[in-house]
Amino acid sequence: MSSSVRTINFTLNGRSVSVNVQPHHNVVEMLQAQFALFGARESCGQGLCGCCTVLVDGRPLSGCLYLAVFLDGSEVVTVESLASTGKLDPVQQAFIECGAFQCGYCTPGFVLMTKALLEQTSDPDDEQIRDHLSGNLCRCGAYPEIVNAVKLAARKSKAGSTG
Amino acid sequence: MQAIKPQVGHQVGRSLPRLEAREKVTGRAEYTHLMQLPGMLQAKVLRSTVAHGRIKSIDTTDAKKIPGVFGVYTSDDIQTVIPDPYYGPAFHDQPILAIGKVHFVGEPVAAVLAADPHIAEQATQRIIAEYEELPAIFDEVEAAENKVLVHEELKPAGTFADLKHLKGRKGTNIALDFRLRRGDVDKGFASAAHVFEHTFRTQKVLHLALEPYASIADYREDGVTIYSGAQSPSFVRTEIARLLSWPENRVRVKVPYLGGGYGGKLYIKMEALAVALSMLARRPVKVALTMEEQFYTITKHPSTFRIKSGIDKDGKIIARKCEVWWNGGAYADVGPRLTQKSGFTASGPYDIDNVSIDSYALYTNLTPAGALRGFGIPQLVWAYESHTDMIARALKRDPVDFRKQNLLRDGRPQATGTILKNAAIEKVLDRIAEQLNWKKPFDRGQGVVRRGRGLAVALKAVISPTTSVAVVNIAADGSATLYCSTVDMGQGSDTAMAQMVGEVLDMPAESVRVVPRDTDVTPYDMGTLGSRSLFHMGHAVRLAAEEARDKIAALRRELGEPEGSNTPLGDLFRKKYGMQAGNIVGTGIYKPDYIPPDSSGLTTNATPFWMVAGSGVELEVDTETGHVRVIRLINVADVGKPINPKIVETQLSGASLMQLGFSMFEKMHVDGGQITNASLADYKIPAIHDVPPVMENITVDAVQDNGPFGAKGVGELATFGVSPAIANAIDDAIGVRLTELPITAELVLRGLYVKDNRPLGDD
Repeated sequence: MSSSVRTINFTLNGRSVSVNVQPHHNVVEMLQAQFALFGARESCGQGLCGCCTVLVDGRPLSGCLYLAVFLDGSEVVTVESLASTGKLDPVQQAFIECGAFQCGYCTPGFVLMTKALLEQTSDPDDEQIRDHLSGNLCRCGAYPEIVNAVKLAARKSKAGSTG
Repeated sequence: MQAIKPQVGHQVGRSLPRLEAREKVTGRAEYTHLMQLPGMLQAKVLRSTVAHGRIKSIDTTDAKKIPGVFGVYTSDDIQTVIPDPYYGPAFHDQPILAIGKVHFVGEPVAAVLAADPHIAEQATQRIIAEYEELPAIFDEVEAAENKVLVHEELKPAGTFADLKHLKGRKGTNIALDFRLRRGDVDKGFASAAHVFEHTFRTQKVLHLALEPYASIADYREDGVTIYSGAQSPSFVRTEIARLLSWPENRVRVKVPYLGGGYGGKLYIKMEALAVALSMLARRPVKVALTMEEQFYTITKHPSTFRIKSGIDKDGKIIARKCEVWWNGGAYADVGPRLTQKSGFTASGPYDIDNVSIDSYALYTNLTPAGALRGFGIPQLVWAYESHTDMIARALKRDPVDFRKQNLLRDGRPQATGTILKNAAIEKVLDRIAEQLNWKKPFDRGQGVVRRGRGLAVALKAVISPTTSVAVVNIAADGSATLYCSTVDMGQGSDTAMAQMVGEVLDMPAESVRVVPRDTDVTPYDMGTLGSRSLFHMGHAVRLAAEEARDKIAALRRELGEPEGSNTPLGDLFRKKYGMQAGNIVGTGIYKPDYIPPDSSGLTTNATPFWMVAGSGVELEVDTETGHVRVIRLINVADVGKPINPKIVETQLSGASLMQLGFSMFEKMHVDGGQITNASLADYKIPAIHDVPPVMENITVDAVQDNGPFGAKGVGELATFGVSPAIANAIDDAIGVRLTELPITAELVLRGLYVKDNRPLGDD
């Protein structure tokens, strides 16, 4: 298999990186094995639950399906980038304040999806929130609190950007 | 010494965010599925393709040849390191890998180890297993006829003090029959003015935790360390020690956070396989399942419940006969205990003089069934609250009034004979009715979309007898650490336990360190199950903190501190030891009283506390498509005094949403023993668009007198009433009664056509 190894270069959470990957390795495997980043994690393995969400060039993607080689030249953001200075992002803060998770396994996916939503729409209504998060599953059923958290995050982000 | 004057305010009753919240929102929380050990090998499992068969041969030659494969193993290899490799909580009936026979599709038959999981997976596909197929049995009622036997001989484990009467039997699929006789049910029916009998069924569904099952074992000659997503670390330790004939202290079980559990990760799942493979490989071994493999690990019990009630001329229920068949699948897991414990309350939250209950745990050739958020209660409530509603409607009685006339009240004997205490059933029912504006006129709609409302109330006897142990350790700077083996799988137990420590020791709950579960460090606990932890472990934690508090008080006296002194703890330690040194350790052990049922199923002490909850529903039915839309879901529960009101609310909300999935669409489709929808693509769970537009989660004003700080368990409560409340509301809307789950649009539409006397064919 070693003959098919490819070297890819991309930006990971603001840093330029270069890694060797095999063609069948997906983004989650690569992030976990090469960078010890475990925020994106596989659950369903079919791109249906959102636990593996990463942002690639600003767009949310299912890291369990997207092959690592495709990341060459792109800009990748994982949940680990959000509190990299030690200060929680307003989205993370809002999830905590609203109790928007229980077991926490799906939470990084929801947090990143919310981050992506608020980049596009600073003040989403309930319907926009639900539509945007319809591809993310939470077996603990924290959805009502998640919707509240997105709205709170929107208010916090606004306050942050104007203040 | 006087109690120390509160300085930081009450910790119990605070809606404190989860202690581990930061770890979870940053993606840093630890889960077994994501853990790596140096030198670790990954296991992949070959699974049975037949439901029941003799293994003729397993050819591993080609699989072993694949470059990168470390080893391929069958039961022959397992038995070289664990000669008697059968495990299970109620019966020692489940082999680590199939021995001689397979008993369900998906049963582990062989395992491959490789450093690269892709190579291990590829190699499993090169193993050739051949079977001689045997007749199989899938239906729980048919299984009771014993025409096809799943096991030749039953192997009771005797783990549970109250299941000692379980004896191995031959020639039967019945793993346990629980029998309760109170009064004279035949006499009751004979004197009844009306008799009603209905049969209800529930389907096979699964926990589907988003973190699939995972265990890592690191075997050394002098001991084994197991990392596992397990709800009962102490049980894993005991069971692995038994399998290895080792003392418990050579088995260490470490449990990080769980990415969901819901009863699936109870007792022992992948741990035994991981240990056996690590023994064979002499390397750390990880067994981490895929989502698909969860469908072949453990599910909820499908059930059939035949229920018959006799009503006197005044509308009083005077007799109720309950027969419940539990489809336990191929291995007993905890099915026998579920069969017995849920049997205690199969007749529902009603005051009935004559009760007969028969509850059967059955083996079938399906994925084993175990506990799933309710320990059998949601299946029972589905039947008895649908049945009760059908009786009320048939007698032209208001469903709330009929229930209130028959409701069990504190001071009255429950079916087991145990006197009901601290069970706010009537308050819960009243509150649901109030939220639904039950006494006010309700617009049922006209034309295509019809509206209906319904409700249901339920009672559960929390599982007993069980033991919890906790340790509170005060460091020399006065900071407190809690050691307990309750597993935080999202229910917020770490936070609630820290609040109790903070309450007793008068310190902020967020300052209390809760040590992650590790059987080398955290003491015994029976398991995180059945909504028992807040009560049982809560008491142990309270006792441990109180002992620490008393020792602090004694130290103050020893050091000559004046009465009521508030000298900081760190100063006390410095004064005592001359430097920052020493510890104060408090321990707490809690085991409630319990009297096992006699041969008639009767006992004066069935449970340390009663769990009470119900749901109310408003919904719309599209009569052209059969589509049902729940527009309002109200959950009301008696939780005693909530320790953390916000977490309680989210537990109620989440549990009811899970049950909404089990009610409306979740179902494992089984065809000849093959599961045909074993993936998240084909097995749908509730997503954000499935949440009803209005949800209300309410706790009634109540106190559990014998609970820690007046509290009792929560986790399962809001699953109880959801399914029958929906069915009752559908009947209210369109006059169609559904008796099996899930309530699909097709079932509703078929019901409408039957009602119009033009039933649809099967095509």
